Amino acid sequence: MTLGSNGISIERWTRSSRLALGGVAIAFALFAIAPMALGAGAIDRLTALFIYVILAAMWNALAGFGGLVSVGQQVFFGLGAYFTIRLADAGLNPFLSLFAAALITGAISLPLSFVMLRLKGGEFAIGMWVISALTHMLVNLDRLIQGETGTSLISLNIYDSGTRRVMIYWLSLVSMAALLGMLFALLRSRVGAAIQAIRDNEDAATSLGVRVLATKRLLFVLAAFGIAVAGALWLATATTFQPKTYFSVQWTAYMIFMVLVGGIGKFEGAILGAVLFFVIETFFGAMGVWYLIGLGATAVLFSLFLPLGLWGEIERRFDLRLLPVGYRVKLPGPAKIQWNQ
Amino acid sequence: MIDTLIQGVLLGGYYAGIACGLSFMFFVMRIINLAHGSLAVAAAYGLWLLASTFGISPFVGLLIILPVMAVAGWILQLYLLERSARGGALLPILTTFGLAIVIDNLMFEQFGADTRSLAPFIGSLSYDSWELPGSIYVGKLAVMTMATAIALLGGLQFFLSRFALGRAIRATAEDPDTAGLVGIDARTANALAAAIAMVTVGIAGAFLGMRATFDPYSGGPQLLFAFEAAVIGGAGSLWGTLIGGIVLGLAQSLGAQVHPQGFLIGGHAVFLAVLFARLFLTGLPFLGKGGFSRTGLAKIRAAIRSTL
Repeated sequence: MTLGSNGISIERWTRSSRLALGGVAIAFALFAIAPMALGAGAIDRLTALFIYVILAAMWNALAGFGGLVSVGQQVFFGLGAYFTIRLADAGLNPFLSLFAAALITGAISLPLSFVMLRLKGGEFAIGMWVISALTHMLVNLDRLIQGETGTSLISLNIYDSGTRRVMIYWLSLVSMAALLGMLFALLRSRVGAAIQAIRDNEDAATSLGVRVLATKRLLFVLAAFGIAVAGALWLATATTFQPKTYFSVQWTAYMIFMVLVGGIGKFEGAILGAVLFFVIETFFGAMGVWYLIGLGATAVLFSLFLPLGLWGEIERRFDLRLLPVGYRVKLPGPAKIQWNQ
Repeated sequence: MIDTLIQGVLLGGYYAGIACGLSFMFFVMRIINLAHGSLAVAAAYGLWLLASTFGISPFVGLLIILPVMAVAGWILQLYLLERSARGGALLPILTTFGLAIVIDNLMFEQFGADTRSLAPFIGSLSYDSWELPGSIYVGKLAVMTMATAIALLGGLQFFLSRFALGRAIRATAEDPDTAGLVGIDARTANALAAAIAMVTVGIAGAFLGMRATFDPYSGGPQLLFAFEAAVIGGAGSLWGTLIGGIVLGLAQSLGAQVHPQGFLIGGHAVFLAVLFARLFLTGLPFLGKGGFSRTGLAKIRAAIRSTL
């Protein structure tokens, strides 16, 4: 699109981003047919990767775009798994239960947002942790769960293990694609412009008439739903439900690590962070406590020295946009100035 | 019943003690330190190490641990919090969260999963009690914890209002730029405030270790208790923190009477109830502005009056 005769143009898609979109489509196609060639272990690992990408993208949507840092997102992870157990116990098909559970969790997050979104900064962050701790206790009260002993998603046993593994793999792949697609479409829509305005400067956005609270609420509910999908899928792969492992703050630690390292507030950053986390876990996960110390230390170092994350740095240095959610201004001549990312 | 109430109030003394550093740092720097609980547990481990290897009583051990905590607070502020605060208000949350993970897991690496306690090193103090009329027993340690919390809060209040350094910290909290105009170095004032906060964290860690057991991952729950007490107490004054601690202690003690898991549920529930009431009755954020200054308290009183 060219404005006037001065040669200034506004562009969204660049050649590299068109290529990237093509690459994404090919990657999805390859992932979809991958189970035919892969062994059971590899399929399980890739399923975990898809779940990590969902977690990172959803935490990024909330913190990177909505400016809402939460250390209690494990509440939605745990609830997604818990409601799956509950619904499956009531006789619903286990695979249907996964998504019904995520919908219920998303619905619960709506009234919750009316209280929690009134909190700011660190208040919101720890307030969500309190919500998670309380929910964990309440879930423990349910006799079906048997306290910390936990229970299993027994009804999955009607499928033989091979079918089950591939089903969960495909469900995770489709869920990841759908959630990423939803987020991408949302960020490129009119609401997306509001979201990015809030990310850049909340007060300025308010003065322009952006409905800050409603926009944040949308992100809060989307993140709750997405993380609940991830929790339900994790339950499907692990089959056992112990409240302690699902309502653990560890999940939020992973989300924060992925987003901080990948690039907070960047659509591609969360995906990159999830892939890096996946690789690091594959190689160092067996180191146990030193692995966790390393994750924490890396998060601290990134927040101190590289707050834009790896993708932020790549964007800045190479002027690269793969999956553009904003527009940018292109001036004629060699100098390139961008205002919006 | 009366027994439960008394125990609840005294438990509140511990919560007030651990909350005062958290709300003090929030008041001065607008930062909630997510490593707060982990640092208290680290102080408890320090005391345990001194007691178990050198036979140093935890009370004497504090003479070593508290200066270490003060230095840690100073370094924390100058090299971590100040730097990350430059990247926006959200980064310090992430930095301190990462720090908490590092501290917790380092302690796990060093001390293992066993729970520890300082109780074996304080003689009979851990179980001594006074008998009140009506055969109610109050633990000497619990009374001491409460007395320490009151002394800590009173001392902090006195320091902030009567000493030049205290006034410098308050001025920085109110408006760092204007404070700079009258010759107050905001960096030093903030670092000093962080050092003071960490000293209170060290004391809270000592009482945590003496009154109960702790393990490497006890920091998270302690952070939540401190946060809840600070929220319930509101943005009034340091004394609000004491009231917040007592309300939390009471809610937990009463909750424990109702159900085995009621201890934690009661505490979290009263926190949410207070939050809910405050948000919808007065529209005030809980820690918000105002902090520990008298004007802050007056503002809140006025706001409450205008809504009632």
